[in-house]
Amino acid sequence: MKWARRLAIGFLLLVAITCCVPSLFWKFDYARQFRDLPDAQPSQQHWLGTDDLGRDRFARLLYGTRVSLLLAPAAALLASSLAALIGGTAGFLGGWVEGAVMACTDLFLSLPWLFLLITVRALLPLNVSPLTSVIITFALLGCLGWAAAARVVCADARLLRHSDFILLARASGSGGWRLLLRHLLPNILPVLGAQFWVSIPLFILTEANLGILGLGVAEPMPSWGSLLRELESYSSLSSNPWQFVPLVLFILVVSSFHLVITNREIPT
Amino acid sequence: MKKYFYALLLSVLLALNSSFAQSVGELRFCLRSEPKTFNPLLVEEDSSDTVRYLTGGVLVRLNRQTQRLEPELATEWKTSKDGKSISFTLRQGVSFSDGTPFSAEDVAYTFQQLMDPNLHAPQADQFRSGDGKVETKVLAPNKITLTFGGPIAGLDKLMDQIVIMSAKSPKKEMAALGPYYVAENKAGAYVLLRRNPNYWKHDSAGRPLPYIDSVRLDIQQNRDLEMLRLMRGEIHLVNVIDAEYFEKLKAEQPAMAHDSGPSLDSEHMWFNQVENSPLPAYKKAWFRSTNFRRAVSESINREDLARIAFRGHARPAVGIVSPANQFWFNAKLQPHPFDQASALKRLAADGFRLQNGVLRDQGGNPVEFSIITNAGNRYRERMATMIQQDLAGIGMKVNVVTLDFPSLIERITRSFNYEACLLGLVNTDLDPASVTNVWVSSAENHQWNPNQKTPATAWEAEIDRLMKAQAATLDDKKRKQYFDRVQEIAWEQEPFIYLVTKNTLSAVSPVVKNAAPVVLRPQTFWNVEWLQLNSEMASNK
Repeated sequence: MKWARRLAIGFLLLVAITCCVPSLFWKFDYARQFRDLPDAQPSQQHWLGTDDLGRDRFARLLYGTRVSLLLAPAAALLASSLAALIGGTAGFLGGWVEGAVMACTDLFLSLPWLFLLITVRALLPLNVSPLTSVIITFALLGCLGWAAAARVVCADARLLRHSDFILLARASGSGGWRLLLRHLLPNILPVLGAQFWVSIPLFILTEANLGILGLGVAEPMPSWGSLLRELESYSSLSSNPWQFVPLVLFILVVSSFHLVITNREIPT
Repeated sequence: MKKYFYALLLSVLLALNSSFAQSVGELRFCLRSEPKTFNPLLVEEDSSDTVRYLTGGVLVRLNRQTQRLEPELATEWKTSKDGKSISFTLRQGVSFSDGTPFSAEDVAYTFQQLMDPNLHAPQADQFRSGDGKVETKVLAPNKITLTFGGPIAGLDKLMDQIVIMSAKSPKKEMAALGPYYVAENKAGAYVLLRRNPNYWKHDSAGRPLPYIDSVRLDIQQNRDLEMLRLMRGEIHLVNVIDAEYFEKLKAEQPAMAHDSGPSLDSEHMWFNQVENSPLPAYKKAWFRSTNFRRAVSESINREDLARIAFRGHARPAVGIVSPANQFWFNAKLQPHPFDQASALKRLAADGFRLQNGVLRDQGGNPVEFSIITNAGNRYRERMATMIQQDLAGIGMKVNVVTLDFPSLIERITRSFNYEACLLGLVNTDLDPASVTNVWVSSAENHQWNPNQKTPATAWEAEIDRLMKAQAATLDDKKRKQYFDRVQEIAWEQEPFIYLVTKNTLSAVSPVVKNAAPVVLRPQTFWNVEWLQLNSEMASNK
């Protein structure tokens, strides 16, 4: 499987470099409207054609990939960190602390978070730049997306608490923080890693759905979410198959991440 | 024996022929939701309105094509000079669908029911003039006079919405005088209407109308599925479709796609001019400036909005009234041209200056504001994004914010915590009376600055005066003069910046004969009694 991992790393590097400095690779701005060319087919000028407002799809894909590749993992990292802190502590301490924290987690999971997001958006100021709006969106996702992961981490930490090596460490005189940081945390990292990778596509899709409710990335800034929203129009898909390119890229990037991380964790 | 055989064959053929020529088949189309009521006096939403149109008999009907009133259950009518009363001579020999005869008593009963304050009939408000009461005087079985508390402008036109109910029928509101009656209602699935055997209309050859036996209204919320069913031939028409579907339909089945031209609806934006809104004083000053609003208006390329956002199925808007409204539209007015040089001149007159691509006011504040619109409406999102780019051309920075509808309504009606809003108005009525609640300064829907105790500006005071004058006059020519002036003031001041007038797009299967889609509701089946199904094509489907 080494070749697959190398291929995945190469692909991710290519995507990352291209998206970090898109202006080096592409001449058009993502917001520029070519009003004489709305819904144009792919051409030498516009490789992926133009969208319904005449904006170059390839430019939007490059910039949208940058936004999503930077911010979705950031949100996933925030959610995973919160999950590690809350779930890990609860599982490690056990007893009434675990019961209380998990009850709070269940309560958090049962909250109608969509309505909560709508309320939060309604309270936010209107005059924010598209960049601020995208940061707010992903920060909200990160802050609200920890609960399910915390339950998984808590269950893992509970198992580890009773494991032989932890008992041995305790018998050797290791204290609470040392046990937590040196023995428990490294052993829950694979579970956290899995939660992290699962969260990334989830957050990207959630951002796409939030866009429909007006909570996503503000125009004219693109994101994978806003690019995937184009797929909701069935009437144009059959005649414009190149609109699937963002979806294909999204699948390839997420799969590559999985390949890289899986091969790193389980050496063959 | 042979003679009998031929006679039998002939009679069978004749019977087949007559039934074929008269009433054949089932017209099928979809309702977006279940009808909330079958009581024609309580109708508030589209689905119930569709059933009301198909089953209800009215005294006079507005012809959706010519936009003129035509006699229906009343053969003659006359409005008094003071505009308070109207007299009808009724058609004789007419019965409800259950056989109960129709008379002036039924008209009196309907209006007493309509004006009953306990019923809360939505249509009644239009007739609540003066003390809000109605006096019904039955002069003969076919003659009646209705007298209202005060003068009502366009009284005869309001009768198009009032379905006559039976005073005596045991079936109450289910007894119909229209072309169909409700035969079956399967909650959440469909409503089946059958041909009214007692319907009074006949064609020129003396054949009873309607031609089609039954109408099946399937409840279907999903527009994609509705379009798929249309293309498969499972339903026959879709009243209103959007530009994307229209383009696809036009490409695949051009005979089905109908563009009837400009609709009555408008798409517009406005700036918040509310006195006590939580906006900074300098922004309030911008939004109250006519020059600022006119400059924004002139910087928007309406042709592009129509061509790109609506795929060409719209046209630059002129003002309050759509050109589709043949009588009330002020033909002297033209859409504001796209002219950014003129816009910058207007702004300069107010002390704005363009520095390094950024427009600043007299106090040096950069011109930046947000436009809110309802999330999920692709056309408005597209327009807002295009306006964002257009206004960048004169140095204005615009942030587009899409909000869920309740949050948006909260901001524009209660907290007034917004700067500009892009929305639309759906107009179903042709008469200016229907927009009084928007243009009078004390009205709740005077969206840029609602519920004013006294008009905030001289031009709003003038509009108030003109709207009152047109409502108090019964002469349509004078009313039009007043309303033309209202349109001119709105065009000059632009409290609403009208963007585009959408076209009415609909789909009708070629199986349906005599269909002539129009801009007024119900666009495709307004002449339902004359529609026929081409049985050969239908069976092929």
